Amino acid sequence: MGKHLVDKIWELHKVKTLPSGQDQIAIGLHLIHEVTSPQAFAMLKEYNMAVKHPERTFATADHIIPTESRARPFADSLAEAMMEAVEKNTKEYGITFFGPESGLQGVVHIIGPELGLTQPGMTIVCGDSHTATHGAFGALAFGIGTSQVRDVLATQTMAMGKPKVRKIEVKGKLSRGVTAKDIILKIIAELGVNGGLGYAYEYAGETIEGLSMEERMTVCNMSIEGGARFGYINPDQTTFDYLKGRKYVPSGAAWDKAVEFWKSIASDADAQYDDIYTLDVNNLKPMVTWGINPGQAIGVDEPIPETASLPGEYQDSAGKGLIHMGFKEGETMEGKKIDVAFIGSCTNGRISDLRDAAEFLKGKRVAEGVWAFVVPGSNSVKIQAEKEGLDKIFEAAGFQWREAGCSICLGMNPDKLVGNQMSASSSNRNFIGRQGSPTGKTLLMSPVMVAAAAVAGKVVDIRKL
Amino acid sequence: MANDDVKKIRIEGRGVYVPGDDIDTDQIIPARFMRCVTFDGLGKYAFYDVRFNADETPKEHPLNEEIYAAANILLSNNNFGCGSSREHAPQALKRFGFDAFIAESFAEIFAGNCATLGLPAVSVKKSAVENLAAKIQKSPQIKVVISLMDKTIECDGEIFSFTMPESHRQSLINGTWDTVFELQKNDAEVEATLSSLPYSKGFK
Ligand code: SF4
Repeated sequence: MGKHLVDKIWELHKVKTLPSGQDQIAIGLHLIHEVTSPQAFAMLKEYNMAVKHPERTFATADHIIPTESRARPFADSLAEAMMEAVEKNTKEYGITFFGPESGLQGVVHIIGPELGLTQPGMTIVCGDSHTATHGAFGALAFGIGTSQVRDVLATQTMAMGKPKVRKIEVKGKLSRGVTAKDIILKIIAELGVNGGLGYAYEYAGETIEGLSMEERMTVCNMSIEGGARFGYINPDQTTFDYLKGRKYVPSGAAWDKAVEFWKSIASDADAQYDDIYTLDVNNLKPMVTWGINPGQAIGVDEPIPETASLPGEYQDSAGKGLIHMGFKEGETMEGKKIDVAFIGSCTNGRISDLRDAAEFLKGKRVAEGVWAFVVPGSNSVKIQAEKEGLDKIFEAAGFQWREAGCSICLGMNPDKLVGNQMSASSSNRNFIGRQGSPTGKTLLMSPVMVAAAAVAGKVVDIRKL
Repeated sequence: MANDDVKKIRIEGRGVYVPGDDIDTDQIIPARFMRCVTFDGLGKYAFYDVRFNADETPKEHPLNEEIYAAANILLSNNNFGCGSSREHAPQALKRFGFDAFIAESFAEIFAGNCATLGLPAVSVKKSAVENLAAKIQKSPQIKVVISLMDKTIECDGEIFSFTMPESHRQSLINGTWDTVFELQKNDAEVEATLSSLPYSKGFK
């Protein structure tokens, strides 16, 4: 009987079974950022422990970093304290820190792949729930809590139970204007926001195989929004082509050995799965959320479902969602007025996302009264975009062009919704209060749909333009 | 560190019911309060935006009610703790005064974070949540007892069985929930595993 990627990676990294019944798993790559690491370093100090493998640990600053002016000290003294903590801790323990001066700073899930730190067959952790993004490379990547960040710093291992695996086979061809973001929003809408509990999602099938690495990252990124802590795609030639020549990727004879290993860890054709789910995307529409969790998403021209028609466990949040958003059952998302348009985040802040949006925006203008801005996912994305002149297109259209960071994806830095503003966002979470205002509202959609909404001042169906 | 002081065998106290499915960690602790380098001051910000208006006047919320001020067990519904992996969420709830959580189900990362902090997070059937909620709402001072040994919750003479990941239960009753000490014991094996990884030395 064949094995899937999870089995293979688990076997390689398992140290032993612990008395609790969980396994002790060796961690190949540990990424840290300024928000969930300071407390972990404080715990290390309290226990008088050192960082076991600083060479396997890499840090950046993304969550609190301002995207307008990065002059130090930051205007927000709490943010400044967190920045100083990550600088001090990484220096003290000899950890590489990709801060703003490095030129390589960015959202942790964007820079890992971009630098080639993320590689197939690894175990990758980060104190951040969107770590499954790295699974796009065929790595076992997952988000952890701060105490576990401490565990990994201290031992380069953590205690973990092996997940079950659900294979999600995607087939069919995407229509014009329909993107990887729409695939994952559809999957979450279908399987539910906790449908993935206890599972790793293996995204497979012809449609997934045909996606670029950046599109694959968008899909894996949102696994957690479906309740799955892990999401991955088996490595293939697309993966290897993306990795070749990147900063931390082996070259020469080592490259050949690497590729050989990477090929070997992909799921076998006869692997056994705990569950299989099939999705046909031939008629998939651009998806938009209408509620307060990412599973509350529909095709842009479809009616908001009647609460009573939903399965019991979805009714509570559907009811709350309609009240918070001020929408009614049966309405479509097409035509909903927006105040803010955000393009960025670890879901859709990569160069291809910016290219898509810019292509649409050429020669167009953002609607009166809409605050529109682009936050590149990393400094490298920003530089590349500027090389291609995308910044000029965005600015000519009325978008602000910012420095790299998480920004209004979670509103921890100065970028926030105000009052009950409605935002069209290329990010991943529409929870109440997520974008910095307790009464703010978030509509999740693809970057090109955000661009189109910015121009129209309301949600529009990109296929009709 | 595995000693009787840290073993979590029985949690007892009063409950408070915070109803709702999919209560996410952004609600439990809004991101703006995570601008901190220690978890110490987080307690007062638990559920802040659902407990207070923008002008800081209190809203109607069970956690604002005096009668539940002494509650140390939080009761809720489906998929509690979903969303962001922030350990700030259970840390804030712990510092607010909670020792355990009962819900229909928990998001996986949240449950794991609770386990590492020695906070039992136990799942019961919907009917049990409704029953417990009714009892607590009728008499807020009623005693709720969670037995990790028996996998039961006792309240008002009734017994409800609960489920939780067995590994979490074992580490709680054995007092080994602070995993770092357990993990540190196997240093030689860890190094052997790490150096056996094909990528350990950059494939050289
Ligand atoms: S971009 Fe958003 S989801 Fe991604 S790491 Fe930053 S805050 Fe989290």
